[in-house]
Amino acid sequence: MKATLDALQRDAEGLGELRLMEVCGTHTVALFRTGVRDLLPSNVRLISGPGCPVCVTSQGYIDAAIEAAASGEVTLCTYGDMLRVPGQRGSLEALKARGARVVVCYSIRDALKYAQAHPKEQVMFLAVGFETTTPASALAVLEAARLGLERFTILSGHKLVMPAIEALLADPQADLHGFLLPGHVSVILGASPYRPLVDEHGLACVIAGFEPQQLIDGVARLVAQIKAGAPALENVYRAAVRPDGNPHARAITQQVFVAEDTEWRAMGVIPNSGLALRDEYAHFDAFKRFSLSLGADYDPPGCLCGQVIQGRVQPPQCPHFGKGCTLTQPIGPCMVSSEGTCAAWFKYARRA
Amino acid sequence: MSQVLMAHGGGGELTRQLLVERVLPRLANPLLNPLLDSAILERPSGRVCLTTDSFVVQPLFFPGGDIGRLAVCGTVNDLTCLGARPLGLSLALILEEGLELETLERVIDSLARTAEEAGVPIITGDTKVIERQRGDGILINTTGIGVLPEGLDLRPARINAGDLVILTGVPAEHGLAILSVREGLGFETALASDAAPLNGLAAPLLALPGLRFMRDPTRGGVAGVLADLVEETGLSVEIEERALPLSPIVRHASEMLGLDPLNVANEGKLVIVIAPADASTALARLRAHPLGRHAAIIGQIKPSTPPLAELITAIGGRRIIQRPMAEATPRIC
Ligand code: SF4
Repeated sequence: MKATLDALQRDAEGLGELRLMEVCGTHTVALFRTGVRDLLPSNVRLISGPGCPVCVTSQGYIDAAIEAAASGEVTLCTYGDMLRVPGQRGSLEALKARGARVVVCYSIRDALKYAQAHPKEQVMFLAVGFETTTPASALAVLEAARLGLERFTILSGHKLVMPAIEALLADPQADLHGFLLPGHVSVILGASPYRPLVDEHGLACVIAGFEPQQLIDGVARLVAQIKAGAPALENVYRAAVRPDGNPHARAITQQVFVAEDTEWRAMGVIPNSGLALRDEYAHFDAFKRFSLSLGADYDPPGCLCGQVIQGRVQPPQCPHFGKGCTLTQPIGPCMVSSEGTCAAWFKYARRA
Repeated sequence: MSQVLMAHGGGGELTRQLLVERVLPRLANPLLNPLLDSAILERPSGRVCLTTDSFVVQPLFFPGGDIGRLAVCGTVNDLTCLGARPLGLSLALILEEGLELETLERVIDSLARTAEEAGVPIITGDTKVIERQRGDGILINTTGIGVLPEGLDLRPARINAGDLVILTGVPAEHGLAILSVREGLGFETALASDAAPLNGLAAPLLALPGLRFMRDPTRGGVAGVLADLVEETGLSVEIEERALPLSPIVRHASEMLGLDPLNVANEGKLVIVIAPADASTALARLRAHPLGRHAAIIGQIKPSTPPLAELITAIGGRRIIQRPMAEATPRIC
């Protein structure tokens, strides 16, 4: 580890500011929690991208979910991280306290179990997350079909990583030198979808896991590529990520979902960046069952989350950070979510 | 009749039967036996400490413990943290209509065993029945009375820069065990709650003049206690990740769930602050006790502005330790 860090230090010297983006909330948290950020050369800047599933979810989706829970028609099953995201009508947490049926789940399997145990209730699961969580959602839908769970639906807010990265890079202001690519997502995707980042954008790319050694190796390889002027697609997480990923998981996802244009927080509608249920599974589609539609996307007043998830603003640059906006009184999703960039900065790096 | 009925709480014959047949025989001791309206204790010498805690836990039974065991440990440990010797506990049971009597008996049995283990009798009590609600079954409140030895003064204000921080064992076992059964995460067999009364573990430390402070890192985890320390002393605390006594299973489960073991609940651990001169004696005494085998010095109090709790990570980086926002929950992906 020491040797890698020394080599990294040497390689980075004289290269000017190196802007590297991680696009996975788990990476963001791990980089802080393990202290890796603290050990990087001062000119290596890690910038968090759109990797936190809750944060990238458009406000329209959040409001639709809150509407559904407020209607009293459904029992809303959700990951705990979604509970406290503020919407037009307050948060799900506040609704729950007022008696709305909101059930916190650790996975979609919990929601399925709940639906089985409560066959009279309309059970709606807030299915958010990237390629890592979509296979589980697909399996749950297949299972619900097999069990004949008439009243189970999902509100798909699933998103795909690559279209968001492409959208970021389409911005001429985006000034990035490389990507630390997400281990979990790559277990499913494999390496090849990232090819255009190297071939078309000439960016350094390394797939890495979450242990300190992995994180340091990842950054070290990125810097080495940049120094050599030879961008490449490397994988330092070979123990888990196979070149072709997990075709089986992808096949199940494709069986149930189809890519569609989807709105992201502050990033607008990105072509083919989200997943909707296929017509065969329309029965499980909460949008269709309850005729829900997505309202406008907006950031909570004064909140810069939309900029934070695109790496344009670092949390301490937000005037609310640590003042009006804290873990106990979060203003935006980036502070609410355990994988949010503001939350990570606040928890691990706020020294004042 | 195998379930709790509303009438069991009515104060009539059914209440008496429930107590006499199911509860009292399991808890019998000379202070409780007279069944007066209040327990009568001899006036102890020294100052009197009083503490209370209520227990709501799902599931009622989990690897390593149950709500009965928790109800004794929680209150005994709160007294222990101040250095008080627990004299007795009150026990208030709130039972939900429909609760299996057999379940009640199991809880009382465990409570009795734990009280005996701690050497602290249940000296008075009360039972009420509430209408069927969520099916949680049983809520418990215990109040503990204890006596503080003369001259003992454990509080944050006595902490100085340079003092050492001891953790008496592997953190996070209780929270991970509960999470694991509640969510069916599959670590059930390997993980057990650490719930234990700590008065026996702490007793040999009370004579050490350098002992400054003890607190049990329950719901907010070790991080919560460290945050308390910083706030209450205005000093900083620096913890060495490498020094933390983590077990392989705690490491693995935390990793899988995306949880920081410092943020997860304990029910059988103490965070102790002690002057350097007494630290090795304290450590030896702790390690000689079955509940303190893995005790370790995990860090040190530092002078510093602003006051911060910081972790020197295993790879030598620094990051802040904060009190967790709410109960730790696993991440989405
Ligand atoms: S600090 Fe709070 S208000 Fe500012 S961007 Fe982050 S979440 Fe929004």
